Amino acid sequence: MAKRIDVSGLTAYYGSHKAIDDISMTVEPRSVTAFIGPSGCGKSTFLRTLNRMHEVTPGGRVEGKVMLDDENLYAKDVDPVTVRRTVGMVFQRPNPFPTMSIYDNVAAGLRLNGSYRKSELAEVVERSLKGANLWNEVKDRLNKPGSGLSGGQQQRLCIARAIAVEPEVLLMDEPCSALDPISTLAIEDLISELKERFTIVIVTHNMQQAARVSDRTAFFNLAAVGQPGKLVEIDETERIFSNPSVQATEDYISGRFG
Amino acid sequence: MAITTDNAPAPPVAGKPGPTSTGRAGDKIFLGLSQGSGILLLVIMASIAVFLTYRASLALAENDGNFLTTFDWNPAGDPPVFGIAVLLFGTIVSSLVAMVIAVPIAVGIALFISHYAPRRLAAPLAYVVDLLAAVPSIIYGIWGALFLVPYLEGLNLWLDEFLGWTYLFEKTEVGVARSLFTVGILLAIMILPIVTSVSREVFLQVPRMNEEAALALGATRWEVIRLSVLPFGRSGVISASMLGLGRALGETMAVATVLSPSFVISLHLLNPGGGTFAQNIAAKFDEANELGRDALIASGLVLFVLTLLVNGAARLIIARRKEYSGANA
Amino acid sequence: MSNVIQDATPAQAARGLSKGTLSQRHLPRWAPAGFAAVSIALGVAVGAGAGLHSRIQWGLIAAALFVVVSYVVTSAVENRRQAKDRLATSVVWVCFLLAVVPLLSLIWTTVGRGVKVLDGYFLTHSMAGVPGFETGGGVYHALIGTLEQVGLATLVSAPIGLLTAVYLVEYGKGALAKAVTFFVDVMTGIPSIVAGLFILSIMLIAGLAPSGLMGALALAILMIPVVVRSTEEMLKLVPNELREAALALGVPKWRVILKVVIPTAIGGITTGVMLAIARIAGETAPIMLLVFGSQLINTNPFEGAQSSLPFYIWEQYRVGSEASYDRAWAAALVLIAFVMILNLVARGIARWKAPKTGR
Repeated sequence: MAKRIDVSGLTAYYGSHKAIDDISMTVEPRSVTAFIGPSGCGKSTFLRTLNRMHEVTPGGRVEGKVMLDDENLYAKDVDPVTVRRTVGMVFQRPNPFPTMSIYDNVAAGLRLNGSYRKSELAEVVERSLKGANLWNEVKDRLNKPGSGLSGGQQQRLCIARAIAVEPEVLLMDEPCSALDPISTLAIEDLISELKERFTIVIVTHNMQQAARVSDRTAFFNLAAVGQPGKLVEIDETERIFSNPSVQATEDYISGRFG
Repeated sequence: MAITTDNAPAPPVAGKPGPTSTGRAGDKIFLGLSQGSGILLLVIMASIAVFLTYRASLALAENDGNFLTTFDWNPAGDPPVFGIAVLLFGTIVSSLVAMVIAVPIAVGIALFISHYAPRRLAAPLAYVVDLLAAVPSIIYGIWGALFLVPYLEGLNLWLDEFLGWTYLFEKTEVGVARSLFTVGILLAIMILPIVTSVSREVFLQVPRMNEEAALALGATRWEVIRLSVLPFGRSGVISASMLGLGRALGETMAVATVLSPSFVISLHLLNPGGGTFAQNIAAKFDEANELGRDALIASGLVLFVLTLLVNGAARLIIARRKEYSGANA
Repeated sequence: MSNVIQDATPAQAARGLSKGTLSQRHLPRWAPAGFAAVSIALGVAVGAGAGLHSRIQWGLIAAALFVVVSYVVTSAVENRRQAKDRLATSVVWVCFLLAVVPLLSLIWTTVGRGVKVLDGYFLTHSMAGVPGFETGGGVYHALIGTLEQVGLATLVSAPIGLLTAVYLVEYGKGALAKAVTFFVDVMTGIPSIVAGLFILSIMLIAGLAPSGLMGALALAILMIPVVVRSTEEMLKLVPNELREAALALGVPKWRVILKVVIPTAIGGITTGVMLAIARIAGETAPIMLLVFGSQLINTNPFEGAQSSLPFYIWEQYRVGSEASYDRAWAAALVLIAFVMILNLVARGIARWKAPKTGR
């Protein structure tokens, strides 16, 4: 079910401002790919082009190709709604639907995509919550609002919501930046479990995190403020952190800038 | 702190006692003035209630009929008889008609401006809606009476023909469309801008991350609205509607120009006739003697209480929503 | 998908068609415009065919057809979810049009019928000696009345409103401020006729005669809460650093407010007052109860009956002749122009004087 992503010549704009320029890379299925780089280098923007969320922001525009196995996400007759169903996303700040219960939050995506029998729905909700390592903590209060959970639990709830619809790819935009260290650890463990089933792309500011969870790492950089972000290199995480082929990567990783 | 008070006072007080003391006095005067204005406001509100109640009690003492149940308004008669049953009924019915028509449409327009309209169009549209709220009610009134009423006759026939079985839309009396239903339509048009602009504000406040949560699940635009915009905006829409209801209840000129009044209660909405508090005051004031005026004041007091309740409820809902969203942020 | 390795979940089984490929059958982008054109054509055809003389019915038929056609076609070509989305979109568009049409018609009618008798003569003459059902006469006395009453109301309510807002923002704490805030909100909702009845009850008790001043007092009651609300908003926008900087220099608080806070917010405050003026300038009900109305020019707002623009419209409407309707529309046009110009200028000031930090 996990698919390969093949990006070629991708450029994204905010209005007339070019945010990222001519990016090409391959993301391997059933692996974790981490995006690192200084603030403003376009790694989050790039992530959002992978499920066509970029065009939702005012003035957002994309050129280039993103192949999901053999289909181009930006082909003319492709519906962005279907793309987002296939490529799930977890955001920086946990964003459960505030008025819905825990159960309804997880079931929301399924309910959109068709009608299910009650037992089916309950089964999927339980499996997703278990998959997000949250089941034991919430199984007695599934009907309580999701906004009553702690930050880390809310983020795992959002992951459960995203994997409930069985996406091909899971995008995570700095999923731990709003969380405490213990919750962060829980999410990192979860990521290593999820990569058995999904293609995972994670944006992170935390280089140790990238080193811990990812198989491959991509380093993004920008020439100067106001310039578009570019992909500097992508390689096995071990190589990037031990022996990167570009000097800029080494500077960034060893903390000489950024 | 202690050091400065020990050290500082001596030279300044000796050197320039003037500025410090006028500063203090100025502060006191200014606080007094501004606090006084606030208190004056409360006094005005209280005296509205007191004065209206006093004059109303004078009228009620003379009233030979039951103020709540009499279907007549004849304070100049012998004995004087007047009651608000018809007015209460007409006020509530016409306002409800207005709400039923205006609220869904206003929510639609608010969504149109906040989520559907092309971006370049949205800001000017919001501006136009705000401007329309400024059109004086008397102008809505003459437009309603001279333009809308003739145009509604066809619609009335239609409603009678196809929905006559509902009783509400059965037209049993011939006559032009100067009915509570027409009044309701006109009031709906009048309260659209206020309901729209308050709802729009609320819809625009929906946190982006809530909408993105829905989008990322593969929701269509409508599903985003259903999942995150409407639940978030519900209480705001309710209070916006209540504000609109408050306006509709107290509207005078638009009703006075359009309605052909009569002292009957009928749920046949299309029949001409009926009355509202404000319309009755406008219509009966010219010919009223002193008791007649007091009687009108008595009816105005009921209207005052009615709008007070509606607006108070709206404000409470808004206040509670603020706490809720504040805690969430 | 065929390459599923794990057991097929119920979710996947039920997902059916939408899975497997990202592309779907799509309606062309011009489809909504096409639906609209077809629906309007059908609406006109049905309306004309059935001999419905009211355009309102034609429009409603077309609107209903538009909603139905776009739903049916979309669910046939695309799918039910897309159809629902399209349904919502078309309903929202219809709502918008339903609202715009009467409002445009209102402006159109007022302008179209108002220009008929609106000229220099109309603006500079009163109704003295003109029988209501005949042509001639003008609106001068009403203009004078409106300007004086609104001016007086502003003189009363602007200082009170401003000071109350200062109290709420700069000093307000505790029960009194809470009560004032709540009652300002409630006061916003007082119907104008009730404000009129309140002043009327005072007049009855004190034995006062109708005059422009009485009307102005009722208008002031309507105006105060609007001024308080808008001034409050503006004062809250003044950054606290400004206040603290001035206070740290040892300037007494009242001078800080007068010299720093209010000047910073003055653009917004002016806008608020002008919008409030625009709102009360169109009030009819209190004038009807308290100023009594007059055909003659009375420049003294403290004594004797006066007229006002909205009251004049009401009076001419009630006469019920063609000539008086023409005058009513012309006066309505004058009033709308007055209110709109106030609005535009006020919003212009707001934009011009807006704090640089905004947006």
